[in-house]
Amino acid sequence: MSSREAILKAIKEAKPHNSESALPEVNILHTTYDDLDAKFATTLAGVGGNAVHLDSLSAVEGYIKEHYKEAKVIVSTVEGLHVNTKELGATDDPHTLKDVDLAIIKGEFAVAENGAVWIKEADARHRALYFITQKLMIIVPKEQIVHSMHEAYTRISFGDKDIFGLFISGPSKTADIEQSLVIGAHGATEACVVFI
Amino acid sequence: MSHNHSELADKFASNVERMKWHDKALWFVRVKRDTQAKSLDEWEELRNTADKIKSHTLSHLDEYLEQFEKNALARGIRVHWAKDAKEHNEIVLDLLRSHNAKMIVKSKSMLTEECHLNPYLEEHGIEVVDTDLGERIVQLRNEPPSHIVLPAIHLKKEDVGTTFEKFLNTQKGNSDPTYLTRAARAHLREKFVGADASMTGVNFAIAETGGIVVCTNEGNADLGASLPKLHIACMGIEKIIPRLKDLSIFTRLLARSATGQPVTTYTSHYHGAVEGGEMHVVIVDNGRSKILADKRYVKSLQCIRCGACLNTCPIYRRSGGYSYGYVIPGPIGSTLAPSRDLKKYYSLPFACSLCFSCSNICPVKVDLAEQLYLKRQDVVDAGYLSPIKLNALKMATWLMCRPKLMDFAGLMARKMVPILPRVLLYSKFNLWGKNRELPPFPKNSFKELYKAKKGIK
Ligand code: SF4
Repeated sequence: MSSREAILKAIKEAKPHNSESALPEVNILHTTYDDLDAKFATTLAGVGGNAVHLDSLSAVEGYIKEHYKEAKVIVSTVEGLHVNTKELGATDDPHTLKDVDLAIIKGEFAVAENGAVWIKEADARHRALYFITQKLMIIVPKEQIVHSMHEAYTRISFGDKDIFGLFISGPSKTADIEQSLVIGAHGATEACVVFI
Repeated sequence: MSHNHSELADKFASNVERMKWHDKALWFVRVKRDTQAKSLDEWEELRNTADKIKSHTLSHLDEYLEQFEKNALARGIRVHWAKDAKEHNEIVLDLLRSHNAKMIVKSKSMLTEECHLNPYLEEHGIEVVDTDLGERIVQLRNEPPSHIVLPAIHLKKEDVGTTFEKFLNTQKGNSDPTYLTRAARAHLREKFVGADASMTGVNFAIAETGGIVVCTNEGNADLGASLPKLHIACMGIEKIIPRLKDLSIFTRLLARSATGQPVTTYTSHYHGAVEGGEMHVVIVDNGRSKILADKRYVKSLQCIRCGACLNTCPIYRRSGGYSYGYVIPGPIGSTLAPSRDLKKYYSLPFACSLCFSCSNICPVKVDLAEQLYLKRQDVVDAGYLSPIKLNALKMATWLMCRPKLMDFAGLMARKMVPILPRVLLYSKFNLWGKNRELPPFPKNSFKELYKAKKGIK
C-alpha cells in the first residue's frame, strides 16, 4: 500500500462520526465603520504604513518625485505611470530585481478592519517584486474599500489560471528581539497605499 | 528516557529576574491580544464558527484531503504523502537532490522542527538557512525555538547581540534591536538571493481551490519562495480547510490571537509555482491519525498554532519553552506530546494549574485544560506517576471517603501544624510546601463555620 493510501485509510478508520458537525455557513454579522477611509488610514498607520489620497496618476508621479528622491531603481506595474527605470517583464530572472528601491503595484481593494490591500496582478511576471523591493507603493482605485475580511473574501476567487494573490498590511516587521517592534524585516521597509 | 517538567522549570526559574522578564514579555502580548479581541463584538461568534469548521473538517478529513490533492494536481502542484517524519525528510531530500540544491532557505514551520529536518538535511550536505529572524537567532545558537510564534522569546537583546557579533560581525556591545534586525536583513538577503530552493510551512490548505496560504510578518516565506525555481511546502494533515471563504474567519482570528495585530503583514495564497518553476506540497501524518481516533483529544488537531495558550499560561510564562522538552511547548504541547509518547512526556499534563485560561483564549476552542485533566488520569492509569505523588493521592482519596475521619484529621491538623517544627513540616513528603508557605491555620473548619452561620446543629 502506498503511503497515500495508508494515510487515507487510517484517517477513514479514525475520523470522528458526529452527525452534528455540518459545515457552517460563514455569515457573521461583522463590525462596520462609519468612515471607511479614516478607519483604513488609522489601522494602516498602526501597523507602520501610510495612506494618501491623490487625484490622478500625474499627481502620483509628483508625489514619487517629492517623497522618494533617493530611489534610483523604480519598477512600476501600473499602466500610465511614467516613473520606471526598469521593466519588470524584461528579465526572465527575478533575482535581477534585488536592486529595486521602489516598486509601485496595483491593489484591487483595501480592507478597513486591518489595513490590508488585496493584490492579484495577473500580468505581473515576478511576484518576487512585492517582497524584494526596499519600498512599496500600492495604488488602489478610490472607493474600493471594504469593512472586513468577510466582505473581502466574497471578492476573491482563484480560477484555473490564477496562481498567486495576497494581502499586504503595511511594511514588513518583526518583534523577535525582545519584543521590540522593528519595521523592515525582510520585505519592504515602507509601505504607502495611494487611493486614486 | 522520560523527562520531568518541574525539574527543568526549576532551572529556568532559578534566574528570578529573567523569569520575571519572560513572564512580563508574554503577558504584554496577551494584553495586546485582549485589546484586539475586545475591539470586535463578533469575537465569540468567530471562535464558534472556527470551531465548527474545524470539527466538521476533521470528521471529513480524508474527503477534503483528496479534494485538495485533486485540485492542486490540476494546477500543476505536485503532492506527496508521508506517513512519518522519516518519510517526510526523505521526500524533501530527494526533491532537493533532483534539483541539485546545495543551499535552501526555510521559513518557520513547526512541522519540520517536529520531523528534525534540519539536522537530517545537514547530514546529507545541504545548507539549511532558517530565515525567520527569531528562528535564525536560535539556529545560529544551535538551540531549538522556545515558543511557536516567538522562537527567541527566552533571549535578551544582549544575547542576540553577542550571537550576531560572533556570526554576523556586528559591532561589539551593540544590542540595539533595530541595528541587529538590519544586520540580519543584510545577511539573509544574500542567502535569499543565493538559495537553490525554498521551503515553507502551511497555515491553511484550501480543499476547494487546491492552494495553500502562508502568513508571516517578516516577508521571509514569500521572499524565499518567489526567487528560486523550487518551492516545497510541508503540512500536517490537519491544516486543511474546506473553502476559500473560511479564511475570512481564520485570518481574522490568527494574528489577533497570536500577537495582537489585526492581521499578519503578508497573507499569501499560493496556487502555483513561479514562472518555469515547481511547487510541491508534502502532506504528513506522523501520528496525527492516531489522535484523530481518540474522541477525548481529537480537538487538539484543530490548533492553528497561534501561541495564545502559551502566552496566557501562568506555568509557561514562568517555566519557559525548554522546560517542556517537546517541539511545541505550553498547554497545546502538553496534550500533543503525551498523545505521542505518554511515558516520555508524563509530567507535562501536570504543568498546569487547571485555571482554564488556555481553553478560554483559544481561537478555535481547543479544550486544552479539559484534555490536560484527562491526560493526568491516563498517566495515573498507566502507572507513570511518581510513587510519592501517587501515594499522597491514594491517601487523600482514602481519607475523603471517610467523612468522620476527615473531620478528625482536619481538627488535628489545625491543632498540630502551627506547633510543628519547620523541618518536619516542609519535609520532602510535603510536595505542596515546596517553594510555598502554608497559609495560617484557622481555628474552625469550613464545615463548622458553615453550620454556625446557618444555625445548623
Ligand atoms: S491550542 Fe489554540 S490557543 Fe493554543 S496555539 Fe493552538 S490555536 Fe492557539
